[in-house]
Amino acid sequence: MSSPSRPDTGSADPTGTTPVVGVLALQGAFQAHQAVLDRLGARTRQVRTPADLAGVDALVMPGGESTTMSRLLHTAELFDPLAERLAAGMPVFGTCAGMILLAAEVLDGRPDQRSFAAIDIAVRRNGYGRQIDSFEHEVDVDGLDAPFHVVFIRAPKVERTGPGVEVLARHDGVPVLARQGRVLVASFHPELTDDDRLHAMFLAMVPPSAARAA
Amino acid sequence: MAHMSSNAADSPAARGTYRVKRGLAEMLKGGVIMDVVTPEQAKIAEDAGACAVMALERVPADIRRDGGVARMSDPEMIEGIKAAVTIPVMAKARIGHFVEAQILEALGVDYIDESEVLTPADETHHIDKFAFTVPFVCGATNLGEALRRISEGACMIRSKGEAGTGNIVEAVRHLRNITGDIRKVTQADSAELFQWAKSLQAPLPLVQEIAETGWLPVPLFCAGGIATPADAALAMQLGAEAVFVGSGIFKSDDPAPRAKAIVEATTHFRDPHILAKVSRGLGAPMTGIGMDEINQRYAERGW
Repeated sequence: MSSPSRPDTGSADPTGTTPVVGVLALQGAFQAHQAVLDRLGARTRQVRTPADLAGVDALVMPGGESTTMSRLLHTAELFDPLAERLAAGMPVFGTCAGMILLAAEVLDGRPDQRSFAAIDIAVRRNGYGRQIDSFEHEVDVDGLDAPFHVVFIRAPKVERTGPGVEVLARHDGVPVLARQGRVLVASFHPELTDDDRLHAMFLAMVPPSAARAA
Repeated sequence: MAHMSSNAADSPAARGTYRVKRGLAEMLKGGVIMDVVTPEQAKIAEDAGACAVMALERVPADIRRDGGVARMSDPEMIEGIKAAVTIPVMAKARIGHFVEAQILEALGVDYIDESEVLTPADETHHIDKFAFTVPFVCGATNLGEALRRISEGACMIRSKGEAGTGNIVEAVRHLRNITGDIRKVTQADSAELFQWAKSLQAPLPLVQEIAETGWLPVPLFCAGGIATPADAALAMQLGAEAVFVGSGIFKSDDPAPRAKAIVEATTHFRDPHILAKVSRGLGAPMTGIGMDEINQRYAERGW
């Protein structure tokens, strides 16, 4: 990983047709996600303000502290514009805290914690316990030939999935990867492994950039 | 672990691996970790958007004022803070005091800071941090010290600064030491890396890794002297990936707004307009002290 003090200038776009994938950079593991997306050849941009958000075609919402991000979404005046983009069908990939922010129902959250209800699931914050309970393991993922290595860090636990939600992977019987329309969520951290397949799966959900330009 | 029908879960889940321990540091990036001494302060910190709290009995400014031996906090106090918030809770153990670390792990804290702010228990050895499931953060004043801590199993490094002073000058010095030497190592040829390892008193494979990647193998956070939103943004622009704020919040006139402002400044560290906005009307910061006024430099502890 390169020095974080280098400004994020976004990646080059030789053709002008590749969609721009934003990474919500309020707090958390945004650099790790951006590194995977860059490796896959995506155009990426860190998103901290409404102007940043207006320039992206899709968004990754990383892991981190969901209470911190929830507060910063409010102070950066990003909550409403992001809710509008999600309602308009912008593809989004939320991992860990990102999944919490996208869930219809958050259990054990703070009373003032807001979520976008973009996917019909209920998640319990820290459902797998504290850091000493954090773990790594393997799961089978629908549509992937070989198992995926999953890293759970103080992870949220999915306790309910609605009828419109497609569960793509389970660990110990509990859904850990799920999709509804253009919303993909994982309770684990694919950005902490060298395996790019889930990010590639997400990029395949992103339509050409023309959709936004038009 | 119950068996699943799939082949994937045949091996057991692994806890306390390097990746799992380093993973939590990755999740704390871009955030503010605040020192708190009571459950009430912990709630104020969480409300303000802290990504974690450091539970301790006295903030460094008070440790400095009181003198004497500073030790691990009372487990009852740590449990009270754990019960008060949902964000990660860290706690400090003395340098080399592996039994304090064992107790903190038994209490279920999320990160242990083997900290020079407490009075060292061992003047030669740091804790073998690989022996623990819970991850460790350690302080460093230069690249060699950072790499020695990483070679002992630290999963996060924080520049030490000078805790309890409200003075950013030492944090800046240490961040510049670390990032400056990283830049030089990336310019060295393969033969020069052997000499770098010797002069840094650091393991050669870690020096070679830095030459290749241009960065530490674990996140670099900043601590020791942050008192204002501008201080936090300065640390971030100098290469820190998150900040610890000790005395700077709860030794100021009005902690809650200052805590919120430092959180916003850490996220928007490169946007001077937002920094100007959040820096307004925060009341007096902690008074702070000059380096020539202190008789004990905590940053000199650690070997």
